[in-house]
Amino acid sequence: MAKVMKSVDVVIVGLGWSGSIMARELTKAGLNVVALERGAERTPAEDFVFPYIRDELKVRVRNGLMLDTATETLTMRNAPGDTALPMRRWDVFSLGDNVGGAGSHWNGITWRFTPSEFVLRSHLRERYGRDAIPAELQLQDWGVTYDDLEPHYDRFEKLCGTSGKAGNLKGRIVEGGNPFEGPRSDEYPNKPLIMSQAGLMLTKAARELGLHPFPTPASNSSAPYTNPEGCAIGQCQYCGHCEYFGCEANAKASPNICLHPVLFRDPKFELRTLSYVKSLNYDAQSRRVRGVVYIDRRTGEEVEQPAEMVVLCAYPFNNVLLMRLAGIGKPYDPATGEGVIGKNYCYQTNSAVGVFVDEEINPFIGTGVSPAVVDDFQGDNFDHGPLGFFGGGYISPTVSGGRPIQVRATPPGTPRWGAAWKEATAQWYNHWFPLSIHGTSYAHRNNYLDLDPTYRDAIGRPLVRMTFNYPENDRKMSVFLTNKANDIAKAMNARFTTPAPRTSNFGAANGQASHHTGGVIMGTDPKTSALNRYLQSWDCDNLFVMGGAAFPQNAGHNPTGTIAALAYWSAKAITEQYIKAPGRLVHG
Amino acid sequence: MADQAIPRRGFLKGAGVAGAGAAAALTGGAAQAQTPAPAVTAAAKQVAPNEPLLALTAAEAAFFTAAFDTLIPADKLSPSGSECGLVTFMDRQLAGAWGNGARLYRAGPFMPGKPEQGYQLPLTPREFFAAGIKAANAYARKTFGKDFDRLSPTDREAAMKAMESGQAQFPDFASKMFFEALYASAMEGFFADPIHGGNRDKASWRMIGYPGLPATYARTAEQYRGKKLNIEPQSIADFI
Ligand SMILES: Cc1cc2nc3c(=O)[nH]c(=O)nc-3n(C[C@H](O)[C@H](O)[C@H](O)COP(=O)(O)OP(=O)(O)OC[C@H]3O[C@@H](n4cnc5c(N)ncnc54)[C@H](O)[C@@H]3O)c2cc1C
Repeated sequence: MAKVMKSVDVVIVGLGWSGSIMARELTKAGLNVVALERGAERTPAEDFVFPYIRDELKVRVRNGLMLDTATETLTMRNAPGDTALPMRRWDVFSLGDNVGGAGSHWNGITWRFTPSEFVLRSHLRERYGRDAIPAELQLQDWGVTYDDLEPHYDRFEKLCGTSGKAGNLKGRIVEGGNPFEGPRSDEYPNKPLIMSQAGLMLTKAARELGLHPFPTPASNSSAPYTNPEGCAIGQCQYCGHCEYFGCEANAKASPNICLHPVLFRDPKFELRTLSYVKSLNYDAQSRRVRGVVYIDRRTGEEVEQPAEMVVLCAYPFNNVLLMRLAGIGKPYDPATGEGVIGKNYCYQTNSAVGVFVDEEINPFIGTGVSPAVVDDFQGDNFDHGPLGFFGGGYISPTVSGGRPIQVRATPPGTPRWGAAWKEATAQWYNHWFPLSIHGTSYAHRNNYLDLDPTYRDAIGRPLVRMTFNYPENDRKMSVFLTNKANDIAKAMNARFTTPAPRTSNFGAANGQASHHTGGVIMGTDPKTSALNRYLQSWDCDNLFVMGGAAFPQNAGHNPTGTIAALAYWSAKAITEQYIKAPGRLVHG
Repeated sequence: MADQAIPRRGFLKGAGVAGAGAAAALTGGAAQAQTPAPAVTAAAKQVAPNEPLLALTAAEAAFFTAAFDTLIPADKLSPSGSECGLVTFMDRQLAGAWGNGARLYRAGPFMPGKPEQGYQLPLTPREFFAAGIKAANAYARKTFGKDFDRLSPTDREAAMKAMESGQAQFPDFASKMFFEALYASAMEGFFADPIHGGNRDKASWRMIGYPGLPATYARTAEQYRGKKLNIEPQSIADFI
């Protein structure tokens, strides 16, 4: 028998960016909030300490800060007919864990999605014709617009002290920023980061080609900053240990430094770490969850936590898993295209061109965010009329630390080892960088998440089964974008370039990002989506689901700015509407 | 910090001498399988695993020495792989959590799967390398008449290429898979922070011009931009 705890107003499952924003907003509104986090405590002061945090082998190569696959992983296959097998270690991507989630070791690239992304289906049909969308794609509108989210994007940027340059201030195009972005109510809170050598080269080459380079928005603060919560953020040192690492300078925004100092002081908030949520108690009749059941990992004990309301902030895979195990919402079936839970899983279609140049790149001076980027080939920023695909991405040099186990290249034709390899490595280490394409991932009927029939995790739940391959549409996009990047690389007077579009199957050695979206998508119709526009379950009134899980398809920009904006948007609906009259916020 | 670097270099120089004795002791183990026991080859003298072993058998240490010195030969750019401490690195890795399958999902059933599905063997890295080294030595004996570490440099290169291309036949898994794991370990050991036992004296960082971790560039990022820098590399141990 499970130990039963005293009921609380809100249980939040998972304390990454989504959970931390939600917890802060709901406690501020006077609710008692308990956050259950499967991982351990994590504080920069104890865990991100110089010099030990800068250990490439331990932290990056062995995925030191990531979820332990022995505890929980996924199974993967490329197509519905295949047998899925467990990802026994992180060969393709890795997932966050512990207090702060992936937000404690992300790069800090902080985008807003382009306005057309939120109304993608309507937009493409309007611009290219009613039948223009290829049959293999399941594109949908979000039910929320850029204008709805704008104030929330602005809040997140101010929370993080994001460094950047506005390109569209209240409808006025501003020189030096991104001319393709939606109208902003305000500038970025901090000036752009210092431009790197590769950034200068991209800026010059792109301008020569008539493109519009600008500084990438970065939550790596270019100056000391205090956010509106009163939390202090340090100045970025360009140390080259952002992605996969924690920041010892407290300059990279994370839930741990931007929110936890205030949240953890609030008596209305309680954090329980090592608390692994196993299931939701769902009562279909009353359309409510009564609470959650978790394993206390210190004792192995099963604990029931009743609550008036539950917010899933456990990343797409656990969000899907908990919904499926509870039987909330109809499971998605790729054979019929019906059902919603697990539907429209999307990834990120990334590729790169290796660029070999004469200039000294000094790749070790950098942040997780490349300081220059072009967005001309993003989403629908360019005419797709004759192209035969939809979507796009941004192009920027990835110079984020030159950490030598992983960041080296030799010109094509060089042996991989021996004296010739050593010579080429010594010669080119400082004269190479990848020009990266970060591209859209559009929903395909066969790409989805469900429960694996065979493999289980450490607490006995089925593993989530991922069925995914790059759709034909996305492969064509990748070829087109990679060619564009190659043109830019050539305009830099590169000695050699090595374009490598994503044309083969998704899987080990052919994935690149830890961005996962869909599975519990938001929308306008309960038949085709799991959540309404406020991220409330269509089937269960006191259940809200945050994170990338809610994206109907993934844009070519990194997801976290939008994840955070959605959390603020949903929290506003909860505090201003739902708690006054708990019930359905939208009638489907 | 500079004071720390000096005894370290001294230690390295001495290691070459101490290493020869250790090498003889090591290859002795492998030699029992072969008669007559050969004299220690020139290459084997470079073994230099002057640290006591935690996990590797003598035969495994001899194999790693020869393999790492084939992948990373000594030249004007750096000492050889084993001289840089890669055998010690490998020994510690395989003795520790990673080598013994920590953070590896190990539940069955086991199926070969497609390449896209990544690593699917039930073996831990420790077990995988043990099996791979046995298979590599069996292949070397069959093709060239001797264990890998006894081969001439030319034959070692040929054997390494046969594993790299997958032409070498291994009984349980593809030789290419073994090569890739060996190669990844060599690169990890060579380029990782010296705290892990390889990259002694930051040899690889000097070779490529990686400054290690002095990394506070907020004031210098602009001044350094596009310039060739000559920064004495610093590693974790230099800061404690
Ligand atoms: C290396 C890396 C670099 C990245 N860089 C960028 C970037 O530059 N820009 C960008 O936009 N995005 C980036 N991302 C993605 C970004 O980190 C995520 O989008 C974001 O952090 C997701 O926040 P979240 O709160 O939704 O999920 P998470 O941060 O994953 O938090 C979920 C939390 O829930 C917990 N949890 C899960 N299941 C359970 C359960 N059953 N019970 C209890 N707790 C549970 C987890 O332990 C975790 O702490 C990066 C990701 C990685 C891995």
